Amino acid sequence: MQLESMYQDIILDHYRNPHHKGLRDPFDAEVHHVNPVCGDEVTLRVTLKDVGGEAVVEDVSYDSLGCSISQASASVMSDLVIGKPVGEAMTISQAFLELMQSKGEGRQVEPDEDVLEDAVAFAGVSKYPARIKCALLGWMAWKDATARAMEGTQ
Amino acid sequence: MSAYPEHLDVGAVRADFPALARTVRNDKPLVYLDSGATSQKPVQVLDAERSCYELHNGAAHRGTHLLGEEATDVYEGARAKVAAFLGADAGEVVFTKNATEAINLVAYALSGAGRLQVRPGDEILITEMEHHANLVPWQQLCERTGATLRWLTVTPEGRLDLDHLDGMITGRTRIVAVTHQSNVTGTIPPVAEIARAAHEKGALVLADAAQSVPHQPVDVTALGVDFLAFSAHKMLGPYGIGVLFGRAELLEAMPPFLTGGSMIEVVRMEGSTFLPPPQRFEPGVPAVAQAAGLAAAIDYLNALGMGNVAAHEESLTAHALDGLREINGVRILGPDTTKDRGGAVSFEVEGVHPHDVGQVLDELGIAVRTGHHCAWPLHRALGVQASTRASFYVYNTHDEVDALADGIRYAQRFFGAG
Repeated sequence: MQLESMYQDIILDHYRNPHHKGLRDPFDAEVHHVNPVCGDEVTLRVTLKDVGGEAVVEDVSYDSLGCSISQASASVMSDLVIGKPVGEAMTISQAFLELMQSKGEGRQVEPDEDVLEDAVAFAGVSKYPARIKCALLGWMAWKDATARAMEGTQ
Repeated sequence: MSAYPEHLDVGAVRADFPALARTVRNDKPLVYLDSGATSQKPVQVLDAERSCYELHNGAAHRGTHLLGEEATDVYEGARAKVAAFLGADAGEVVFTKNATEAINLVAYALSGAGRLQVRPGDEILITEMEHHANLVPWQQLCERTGATLRWLTVTPEGRLDLDHLDGMITGRTRIVAVTHQSNVTGTIPPVAEIARAAHEKGALVLADAAQSVPHQPVDVTALGVDFLAFSAHKMLGPYGIGVLFGRAELLEAMPPFLTGGSMIEVVRMEGSTFLPPPQRFEPGVPAVAQAAGLAAAIDYLNALGMGNVAAHEESLTAHALDGLREINGVRILGPDTTKDRGGAVSFEVEGVHPHDVGQVLDELGIAVRTGHHCAWPLHRALGVQASTRASFYVYNTHDEVDALADGIRYAQRFFGAG
């Protein structure tokens, strides 16, 4: 059975005990994203702060309805981006997107655990095209909210 | 001996479906419980399509050569077969791409010029139970025309709330569009009763029969509807062809929807005139091979007998309802008896998201549908975000129903729920 390779313990742990969940104030931007295929949805807020002229992710808070993959992915994402400069967080987001598009094989290199940390656990998800959107839902919402927050601060 | 009666020789049926012989993930045999989305196809349908391409491949309704004539015979023969299957006249059968296009055809025709034209202040009545295909086209019609969209609600049991039917159908109601069998709950609304009430007020009636024509005997005259739509691919036939039944005098009064070749009478630079129905609504080279496949599917279903098909599915549905009811933490959406209910069984598993239920079942070789099944408002009305759906057809067995129940229990254990 490949179920265990997809539903790794890290994913199930984040699903059962999501990090940073719940909407918090204040925030710089809020977005609402849905997966039209299944109706999963996430409302996500981003707060940025200026650290020596560089935008840093101060907080990400979210409320979401969805499957284990989408819930766990939002939790892992918030862990990874909070406290990071926006540029670095975007790089991680891009690495995660590439991991999801790797189809589980034919990948040139192993996922970089130094960059993706817990998010490498989602490698198994990339073998199931129907679930990739689940894993990306929170990330796409974060990217969108952050872009809006950046516009607002300029 | 099973406690559930047998109405079909399912072993013989299964032998006709090549897809059912394959294995899926982990070399498991395929347990296909997603016929509500699309059915598998028997060799008889595949052979009919192939033979059409091999022997009669010409553009129907044009040209003077033999192949074109044969293609026309195949296409018009399929139309006659569909008409007989529905208790309609051949001239009342319009081939479309699918049920969705058939419904859009009516919704567009009703906003075009003519005596059926919908105007500001008119009302369109639908229901909360509809598939998006019988919902969004009516929203769009209202946006184009200034008409008002109204809808019947569903009860917590997943039935249509008909207590206020008389009040909801008014002198302003132009058309009532209702499903003939819910693709989520399997609920079979009393379409004949609704049609009578609608006609008393002078409203037209359209039945979305995508989930009924494949699964039960349907006679348009007995049902009393003005329009009826369904897709071939859900009834053992090919993709890419569907049917709109429309009463002759209504089709005659309707302007065209898609326009171009094949549907015109005379074309001048200044303007064009159009053929009578059904050709008026069938632009472009006809989908002859698909029509041949649909005709073969109807032959297949007729040989089984639609009454037997319905009885077989009722037996499987009763088994599924019994089996799922026994599982702690499983909530069945919609009616929990087989009365006025078809073979789509949607359910929630407490503590396990439908996507995750579906993933575990897939790993066991069991194909189901997960999500909102293109019926988002119905899910909202039933208080769920999404659900898992098993749907049955002629080739499904009682063992497969048991496999579904075992699979749900396995998913509960895997996620530590139940």
